Amino acid sequence: MAGTAVRGRLTWLTATVGSIVDETAKVRTLSLEVPDWAGHRAGQHLDIRLTAEDGYQAERAYSIATAPGEPVAITVERLDDGEVSPYLTEELRPGDQIEVRGPVGGYFVWDPVDGGPLMLLAGGSGIVPLRAILRHRAREESPVPVRLLYSSRSWSEVIYRAELDQHAPGVAVIHTLTREQPAGWTGYARRVDQPMLAEVAWSAAQAPLAYVCGPTSFVETVAAGLVALGYSPGRVKTERFGATGS
Amino acid sequence: MEPLEDRVLDGNAIGGMLLEVFGTEMTTATGACGSCGTVGQVAELAVYRPGLGTVVRCRHCDNVLMVFVQVSGVTCVDLRGLASLT
Repeated sequence: MAGTAVRGRLTWLTATVGSIVDETAKVRTLSLEVPDWAGHRAGQHLDIRLTAEDGYQAERAYSIATAPGEPVAITVERLDDGEVSPYLTEELRPGDQIEVRGPVGGYFVWDPVDGGPLMLLAGGSGIVPLRAILRHRAREESPVPVRLLYSSRSWSEVIYRAELDQHAPGVAVIHTLTREQPAGWTGYARRVDQPMLAEVAWSAAQAPLAYVCGPTSFVETVAAGLVALGYSPGRVKTERFGATGS
Repeated sequence: MEPLEDRVLDGNAIGGMLLEVFGTEMTTATGACGSCGTVGQVAELAVYRPGLGTVVRCRHCDNVLMVFVQVSGVTCVDLRGLASLT
């Protein structure tokens, strides 16, 4: 196919930072007031663009943390060598303005009509779009049963811990803590592997719908593991955020 | 340092840029590799963003499918590695 050049058509919008909530020592949720926001689906993301005084620009994609109909919010993990996340997590204050573009994406999204059972698998801040899906399911009173397997380094790094602890009807949350466990911890204490998936995941015979989000290596391991259990590749949705900024 | 493979993203990450370039949601579009013929959704393709631009590769044979470079607000697009994009 021939090369070409085109001008941009999607508009950057000015968002105003509302409330800021500390989720963990390195993770914050920023609510964003975005005039003319088109409304989003559960699992979509938005792009953020920062412009330095010398004109240098950096863009990153961040998953939207809230359900359709809720105010827009993103949850950002500070990466010490990141270009964008240190600014978002340390410098921004309520009332500050940033440029956003979105909502974006039609692949890693879920609506009640898509059914289930839902198998959600998150590594670290990969929980963010899955939290939007859980909230959407609750708001829509969907009866679709859910299992969430959530891998974190330690208990203090579990994002949305209080919300996930609420034991919503039909939602089972299984944690694994890969580096450090609290005294008396009886749950999983290793990276997600094939035996863990075999114990936790819905049987392939139930035709589950899986959403896997996290660092690339996590997603590769988990997606391949689900397919090895008999999951249909077309029903294993993946989103990799790399380890550098999104 | 993160593992090398953690620098590989997927097509979800460039949904905004694709929306800007093509004027429509593209992560659910289907691309066919011009080299090995593998067909897949754009969201599932391998994406590298080394800084100067964006390179999209086939997950099966590593063929370069799409290249995007932004210069002065204009996005230059090279789709020569694709047999089709629908």
